[in-house]
Amino acid sequence: MLAFMIRRIIQSIIVMFVVALISFLLFRFVGDPVNQMVGIETTPEQREALRDKLGLNDPVIMQFFGFIKGAAQFDFGVSYQFKRPVAQMIAERAPATLELSLMSAIFALLVGIPMGVYTGLKRNSILSKFFLTVSLVGISLPTFLIGILLIYIFAVQLQVLPSFGRGEVVDIGFWSTGLLTVSGLKALILPSITLGLFQMTLIMRLVRAEMLEVMRTDYIKFARARGLSRTAINFGHALKNTLVPVITITGLQLGSVIAFAIITETVFSWPGMGLLFLHSVQNVDIPIMAAYLMLIGFLFVMINLIVDLLYVAVDPRIRVSGVSQ
Amino acid sequence: MSEPLLKIKDLIVEFPTRRALLRAVDKVSFEIAKGEVLGVVGESGAGKSLTGAAIIGLLEPPGRIAGGEIYFDGQRIDNLADEQMRHLRGKRIAMIFQDPLTSLNPLYRVGEQLIETIQTHLPMNKKQARKRAIELLDEVGIPAPETRIDGYPHQFSGGMRQRVVIALVLAGEPDLIIADEPTTALDVSIQAQIISVLKRLCSERGTAIMLITHDMGVIAEIADRMAVMYSGQIVEIGKTYDLIKNPKHPYTKGLMGSIPSMSGEVKRLVQIPGSMPRLNDIPSGCSFHPRCSKVFEPCYSKRSPQIKVGQSDVACWLYSEEDKK
Repeated sequence: MLAFMIRRIIQSIIVMFVVALISFLLFRFVGDPVNQMVGIETTPEQREALRDKLGLNDPVIMQFFGFIKGAAQFDFGVSYQFKRPVAQMIAERAPATLELSLMSAIFALLVGIPMGVYTGLKRNSILSKFFLTVSLVGISLPTFLIGILLIYIFAVQLQVLPSFGRGEVVDIGFWSTGLLTVSGLKALILPSITLGLFQMTLIMRLVRAEMLEVMRTDYIKFARARGLSRTAINFGHALKNTLVPVITITGLQLGSVIAFAIITETVFSWPGMGLLFLHSVQNVDIPIMAAYLMLIGFLFVMINLIVDLLYVAVDPRIRVSGVSQ
Repeated sequence: MSEPLLKIKDLIVEFPTRRALLRAVDKVSFEIAKGEVLGVVGESGAGKSLTGAAIIGLLEPPGRIAGGEIYFDGQRIDNLADEQMRHLRGKRIAMIFQDPLTSLNPLYRVGEQLIETIQTHLPMNKKQARKRAIELLDEVGIPAPETRIDGYPHQFSGGMRQRVVIALVLAGEPDLIIADEPTTALDVSIQAQIISVLKRLCSERGTAIMLITHDMGVIAEIADRMAVMYSGQIVEIGKTYDLIKNPKHPYTKGLMGSIPSMSGEVKRLVQIPGSMPRLNDIPSGCSFHPRCSKVFEPCYSKRSPQIKVGQSDVACWLYSEEDKK
């Protein structure tokens, strides 16, 4: 088990190094930041001085080395546009995005799994067919359209939920949370549904497919032949066997939820990292873009690590092969 | 003789499909006495397994019992509600499936599955159930049951898993065990062990067995009586010894003739020409007539009733003259 963990952590470090290399190289080519920072009347000499000051004239390898060194200490330099430390700016914005992503993931799991179990067990009921039809909408409609539709219905027509912002937030240390106020919670509902709808339908369809598969297996037949109760079979024996793929997908999707929160944050003017990233792209604010990419990479790696450990907890067969390798 | 444990009268199992109604089991009648071992043989698709599944109420939809009656211990069970049937399953009637490798849930310890089954049927607390589980594992011949009880199914070999399955089946102390090809998936050397364990435990407890197999050797070894099924019907049923030494129905004769003899005389094995009819193309009259060497007038138009010949019941027109005498 320990060897397994160490191996996985070493793999994660290699992945992060590659992510750093890509984010570093990529943003060398997105445009000249100096153009964005200065006015038209700046002389070439002044521009050159600024380039020097930003370290843009150093050899590329030295720049990369500096970038890695900084990143390891959570120091991503200073934003070209706002002249503030990037790490601090991201730390301010991260709670908004993480809370939104978490809520939408919880929404997707809490609604998706029971719906999947239900549609898997009662394949022919009318409600199942209704769920499947609705899920088709969730899969095929683009996120921004769902967001706008929800705003139109619940904010414009019914006027029960806010259409933008986080509502009131409470600061707990460095973390500003919207989970403790009524307006904060209300503000979370629409963006969470928008962001989580695709995941929810995905999980529902996955659980359904797995349930159909598992219910056909011999061990379920044998469990029924032993006279076990329906609940024990459906939610104990069957559901547990569907969990490995569900954990994989949920883990991968949680990463994308955080990464693709950009769109939802734009639609709902949600003051999170995605919105910050979008602004920094428009202004060629390289330190912010690089830091954002690194952070998303880091989250993906961490989530994958947790997913791998969860497999081991759920499926004993992986436990053995994991150790013996 | 006292009331039989299981009495089946004119059982019909049908599969409605889009094209036609397929009749997989066609008016099957037989009885099993308390503690008796009835062997059921026949080719694949003869309806053996479906008969077993119909008795325990585990027909896979769209398959359904379309006619006939099943009595267990004097009580009619084919029309019981699922919840009432569940109380019989495992407790009074148990079933062993073909493949021990897939009959156990891979994610639960062997002990958990045993304890769950014991507690479903017997008023025991967890500690008592665990003690009982260890006893059961010991009885089916699993070495070191105190430690093996905490193993997962994948840590057991095929033969050991089938022993675990037998322990699970015995957990509710049933009166009848339907064993659907319990040794087909096992090595030949293990088959004999499993059969002898099953036979020993059932004769100790006075448990009746309906043994579905196409292995004549197994039947000859433990069955008191045997039934031969062909195309959804019982063509001959009687004492095992009689059927093997003195088969009456042309199909039974063919079946017995196709077994290599160990006594040394080298003869050509008898082949039955052709193959069993498909369910959507069952011939008129006696369904065996296109393959029968003794076919004559009445076989084409009408199916023969069960006719008593010596100790056996045979469904063949050849014996109808004897019957009238």
